[in-house]
Amino acid sequence: MSYSDKVLDHYSHPRNVGSMDKGSTDVGTGLVGAPECGDVMKLQIKVNPETSVIEDAKFKTFGCGSAIASSSLATEWVKGKTVDEALQIKNTDIVKELSLPPVKIHCSVLAEDAIRAAIHDWKKKRETAKPETVEARS
Amino acid sequence: MSTDVKTMPQEQLVAANGVKLPIYMDNHATTPLDPRVLEEMLPYFMEKFGNAASRNHSFGWAGEEGVETARERVAKLVGATTKEIIFTSGATESDNLAIKGVAEMYKEKGNHIITAVSEHKAVLDTCKRLEKYCYRVTYLPVQKDGLVDLDDLKRAIDDKTILVTIMAANNEIGVLQPVAEIGKLCRERGVIFHSDATQAVGKVPVDVNKQNIDVMSISAHKMYGPKGVGALYVRRKNPRVQISAIIDGGGHERGMRSGTLNVPGIVGLGKACLICMEDMPKESCHLAGMRNRLRDNIMGRLDEVYINGSMEHRLPGNLNISFAYVEGESLLMGINDVAVSSGSACTSATLEPSYVLKALGTGDDLAHSSIRFGIGRFNTEAEIDYVADRVVETVQRLRELSPLYEMAKEGVDLKQVKWAAE
Repeated sequence: MSYSDKVLDHYSHPRNVGSMDKGSTDVGTGLVGAPECGDVMKLQIKVNPETSVIEDAKFKTFGCGSAIASSSLATEWVKGKTVDEALQIKNTDIVKELSLPPVKIHCSVLAEDAIRAAIHDWKKKRETAKPETVEARS
Repeated sequence: MSTDVKTMPQEQLVAANGVKLPIYMDNHATTPLDPRVLEEMLPYFMEKFGNAASRNHSFGWAGEEGVETARERVAKLVGATTKEIIFTSGATESDNLAIKGVAEMYKEKGNHIITAVSEHKAVLDTCKRLEKYCYRVTYLPVQKDGLVDLDDLKRAIDDKTILVTIMAANNEIGVLQPVAEIGKLCRERGVIFHSDATQAVGKVPVDVNKQNIDVMSISAHKMYGPKGVGALYVRRKNPRVQISAIIDGGGHERGMRSGTLNVPGIVGLGKACLICMEDMPKESCHLAGMRNRLRDNIMGRLDEVYINGSMEHRLPGNLNISFAYVEGESLLMGINDVAVSSGSACTSATLEPSYVLKALGTGDDLAHSSIRFGIGRFNTEAEIDYVADRVVETVQRLRELSPLYEMAKEGVDLKQVKWAAE
């Protein structure tokens, strides 16, 4: 497998590695993949409740180099976006940016899933915390 | 298993402790040619280029002489006679010839073949093909340590069994099967015993008579000989074994393998066998010492590291370890100045983790996390120490990055987690 320089860069210098308090209402956690499949990504976002802007993002990934790179890139991309903007990120954008070979496309799919799962988790928490806000929004 | 070679730096670098990079530690995939082997081969490319089958001039005789000397050396290494050695293009061809050749020759006697799930694909896929032609194949399981259970074998043999094919040493985990016991059992039951001894010959003592082997595959490039050449041992007496040819033509190699002989390659195989025979006692101690040094060096500094397969019944140069919570391909990327292999799906053509490790009952998660170290004749202790350091630092770095390691440290039972992808 020969990787692009961007993948190698993310592998060697992963951005935003770490964990946030998953109990916090402002934090959304996405945990996707399975150890048996050789890929597990945990992506966390910290969202400003007023603006819905993702102010911080962290990840940890068990997986091959392109899985690490895909999730590292995902954290870079979601930061500063609103949750609705972040939901627009497609796995094909990640494939393009990292020049992933066809056998590694599933890594980008997993990264997209991780973003969605984190946002879903944050939304769910917010609904539980402030049910009236949800009604107003829907 | 496959090796991540394209990410390896091509230029020769030197590490802090003086070792030259990249380091080759994948000697189960192939070995470098021993310079003494090359020296022996060289005259057979230009000066002694004759066809060993040309019986009526000196060019042919020179080639034949080279081939016959090699045949003696191969035979001697495994306790065979020269007439029992057939030269082939390598172990894959030898396995094909052995299994298909016996199946065809003995089809009147029966149609049942027994093998094991951890065999090399050259054996497994040959057996699978025969299943399409009305042969019945039993794939024996292996135990947690990688060894075949002799009672399973005993039970599997029936009155239609014509062949048992079990490897001597496994190419991934280096586990040595109880070949002598299997051979004895087959002899008692009147079943032909073939062993793919590709990884074993030249590394550990192999004797076709003491171990009751009837047919045996040998490869040159796993023992510091050239690629593209191998041999098949076929027993001539007690009992006499016959095989049908799968390549037809000029009737070379007593009709069992037609085709002009690869004289330089065969000469190289012979020399490689001679060197292995002379050096084996010293070399196997040295390799086992380095292997244990690597193991202790890694396991002394990392937790949750698991050895795959028996340590007791194992090739001296093999170490196969799973590093929990770290995916194998990402580990290979981190040690890209060291050539080793992984059982991870990401490094295989099929995108499936190692079937050998799965056969041991190793979970898929740990199969993805496995690395095979193949230590060979030309590795040094300084290289071992460098590799151990690189592995330890890379595993530590990747574990800091691993959500699984974090969860395990928090006390989460990963087996109980309901994973989204399942």
